[in-house]
Amino acid sequence: MSDKELTTRQSLRFDELWSYDPAPESPDYVKIKEQYQLFIDGKFQEPESGNYFDSVNPSNEEVLALFAEAGKKDVDKAVAAARKAHNGVWSKMPAKERGKYIYRIARLLQERAREFAIIESMDSGKPIRESRDIDIPQVIAHFFYHAGWADKLKYAFPGVDPKPLGVAGQIIPWNFPLLMAAWKIAPALATGNTVVIKPAETTPLSALKLAELIQDADLPPGVVNIVTGAGETGMEIVRHPDIDKIAFTGSTEVGKIIQKAMAGTDRKYTLELGGKAANIIFDDAPVNQAVEGIVNGIFFNQGHVCCAGSRLLVQEGIADELVQKLKMRMETLIVGDPLDKNTDIGAINSKVQLDRILGFLSESVESDQRIYQTKCDLPEKGYWCRPTLVENVSQSHRIVQEEVFGPVLTIQTFRTPAEAVSLTNNTPYGLSGGVWTDKGSKIFKVGKSIRAGVIWANTFNKFDPTSPFGGYKESGIGREGGIHGLLPYLELS
Amino acid sequence: MIPDFKQTVPIDQIGVEERVARFRTRSIKKESKLFALKLALRMVDLTTLEGMDSPGKVRQLCYKALYPHEIDPEIPQVAAICVYPNHVKLAVETLKGSGIHVASVATSFPSGMGRLESRIDEVKYAVEEGADEIDMVISRWAFLKGDYGYVYDEIAAIKEACGPAHLKVILETGELETYDNVRKASDIAMYAGADFIKTSTGKISPAATMPVTLVMLGAIRDYYIKTGNKVGMKPAGGIRDSKTALHYLVMVKETLGADWLDPDLFRFGASSLANDLLMQIIKQKTGHYQSPDYFSIG
Repeated sequence: MSDKELTTRQSLRFDELWSYDPAPESPDYVKIKEQYQLFIDGKFQEPESGNYFDSVNPSNEEVLALFAEAGKKDVDKAVAAARKAHNGVWSKMPAKERGKYIYRIARLLQERAREFAIIESMDSGKPIRESRDIDIPQVIAHFFYHAGWADKLKYAFPGVDPKPLGVAGQIIPWNFPLLMAAWKIAPALATGNTVVIKPAETTPLSALKLAELIQDADLPPGVVNIVTGAGETGMEIVRHPDIDKIAFTGSTEVGKIIQKAMAGTDRKYTLELGGKAANIIFDDAPVNQAVEGIVNGIFFNQGHVCCAGSRLLVQEGIADELVQKLKMRMETLIVGDPLDKNTDIGAINSKVQLDRILGFLSESVESDQRIYQTKCDLPEKGYWCRPTLVENVSQSHRIVQEEVFGPVLTIQTFRTPAEAVSLTNNTPYGLSGGVWTDKGSKIFKVGKSIRAGVIWANTFNKFDPTSPFGGYKESGIGREGGIHGLLPYLELS
Repeated sequence: MIPDFKQTVPIDQIGVEERVARFRTRSIKKESKLFALKLALRMVDLTTLEGMDSPGKVRQLCYKALYPHEIDPEIPQVAAICVYPNHVKLAVETLKGSGIHVASVATSFPSGMGRLESRIDEVKYAVEEGADEIDMVISRWAFLKGDYGYVYDEIAAIKEACGPAHLKVILETGELETYDNVRKASDIAMYAGADFIKTSTGKISPAATMPVTLVMLGAIRDYYIKTGNKVGMKPAGGIRDSKTALHYLVMVKETLGADWLDPDLFRFGASSLANDLLMQIIKQKTGHYQSPDYFSIG
C-alpha cells in the first residue's frame, strides 16, 4: 500500500470535538526585578560600563528585565573575587563543609522549584511541563549528586590525592539555562573550585535568580560569580590569564574559537558542542513506542537540544507506516503558550534562532525537498515554528549535515544495519544516537559501531547526573556528569 | 489477510508507561472538563456481576441507568447496563424504549472454563433474551499455551452465535501479564471479529490500567490503518474516580482521535465511577462539592 493510499483511506481526526481549555501557570507567583546587576563577590554590582541589555520573553516579545553587560574590568573583578575565595576559603574548607553548602543549594532549589520553573519558561520559551518535570528536577538532582561527591573524591580516584584546579570560567547556552548552570557549577564546587559563569544573553534570568538563592544559602562570597553579557563577555573569560579551566557548552563554531584561544596555554578545557544525532528505527522495533521516541528526540525543547535526534533513519520496509504514524502523532502536539500546562512545544528561543531555522527550511524548499508541517494554530506574537518533517533528502543536503537546532526532523531510509551505521557516522558530529529494535543483540552490535558519546536504546533524551555526557569529533572534548565529569576539575597528583 | 499471531508487533514496556505518564500531565479545566465528564458518563456500562444479583437489584440498577440524577435533567444517561444472562430479560423490559443497551457476560464468565458448545449456547440464550451486546471471555489457558488458533476460532464461533448483537472480547489482561501478550490477544480478537476489545472481567487484579489500555488502543489503531474497520475499546474494573476517567479520555483522544470519543466506540466498565462523575459534574456546574449522601448509591 502506498503512502498516499494509507493517509487518504484511514485518517484520524485529532482537532475536533474536544480541545483542552487553557490551563496556564500564573506568572504572578514570581518576582522579577526590572534590572539585574552582576553577581560578584557575593554582592550585586553595577557593571563598570553602566551598560545594560534586555532579555525578552520569546512567547510574547515583551521585555522581561534588563541585565548588566560585563566588560573586561568586570570579568577581572569576578576572577579576582573567585581567586580570593578559592585561596582564602573554599580550598581550605573541609570537604564535608563544602558538601553541606551544595546540599543547601539543592534543598533551596527544591523548595522554590515552581518559581524557577515558571521563570525558566518565561525567559527561554520552553513549555512549563518540561521546566517543571525535567529541567528543574534535573538541576536539583545535579546539586544533590555532586554534594555527595564533595568529601568522597579520593574514593572516586583511589590512590591519588585529587586537588582543585582553582578558578573555573564557564560559559553556557540558552537551551537549558539553569540546567547548564547546574551542570557547570555543581561539579566545580564539589571539587573545590570557584566559579565565574556567564549565562547566555537571551536567557540570563534563572542564573540571576540562582544568584539570589546562593546569597540565601550563605555561600562564602566569591565562590560563585555570575557575569552577564554576550559573546564579548565570554571571550574575556576565555582569554583571562588567571582562569585555570574553561568549561563551555554551545555551538561548534564558538567551540573552535575557544580551542584556538586555549592553544599553547596550560589551561584545561572541556567543550560540549553541537550534534546531528541519528535515531535508527529497525523493522523489528516496537513501532508505536519508537514514534514517541522520535517525537521526544526532536521536538523536546523545540529541538533546541544539542543531542536531539534530528535525523530519522528508518528501515525501508516500515518507512511508510512509521512516517504515517509520526504525522498522526504530530497532529496531537500542542504548540503555544509556554506557561500553559498542556503545551507540548513552546516558543523558539529568539528571533535570531527562528530566522536560522526558517533559513534552513526555505533552502529545503528551493532544493525540492518535501516539507511536512502540522496544521496547528500559532500565536500572533512571539517566535514560533511548527513541528516539521523534511523528506526527499540525502547525506549531501545541508539540512542533513548541519545542526538546525529547531523542531525539524529529516527522514532517510536504510536497508541493512551496516548501512544504518555508515549513514549515522557520516557526519562531523558525534554526540548522541538512538537505536530502536526488539532484538537485544542488535542493540549492542549497532550501538558499539556508532561513534557518539551517548547511545540510547529504545528510548531517547534521557539524562542523569550519574551518567557522563559528551561528544566525539566536532561534538566536543571531555565529559560532564558522573565520575568522568569530576576529572576535568581536578589535578590528580 | 490474517497475520501470523506468533509474530505480532513488539511492545516496549517503558515506552508505554512513559507515554501514559504524559497523558496524566494533561490539565483538563472548565468547559473542557464538563464536556468530558458528561461524555464519560455516557460511556459507562453500569455493571453488576455478583452471585447475589437478584431481580430487585437488577431493576434498581436499571432505574439508576435511566435516571442517574433526576434532580438535574441535563445529566445524560449511561451507555448500557451489564448483567448475567439470567437477568437480561428483566433488564430489557425495564429499559425498554430508553436507548440504553443491555450487555450480558456469557461464555462461562469469568474463567471461560466451559465446553465451547455450552459457552456458545449461553451466548445464544442471552441474545434470545434480548441482549444486544455480549461480553465474552477468551480461553486464557489456550492463549498462554500458545494455541492462538484455538482462541481465534472460539472468538469467531462466538461472534457467529452473537448474530446482530455486538461482541466485546474480554482478554483478562491481568492474567496475560505482559504487554506483548496483551497486544497479541488484541490482534487475535480483532481479526476474529470482535466489535470491542475489553481489558478485564473485574474479578482478577490487576484489572484495567492505563498502560494496558494504551497497548490495546495502539492495536485498534493499527487494525484500523490496515483494514479501515473501527473496533471499540472497553477498560473495565479499577476505574473509580473522574480524574482517572478523564485521563483515559485524553489517552483515547490523542491515540485514536475524535471518532473514538463516542459511546459506540469507547466504554467504561465500572460501577462506582458513575457516581463520582455525577458528583464532579454537579461541582463543575455549581462550584462546590456536595456530600456523597446527595447522590444515589448503586
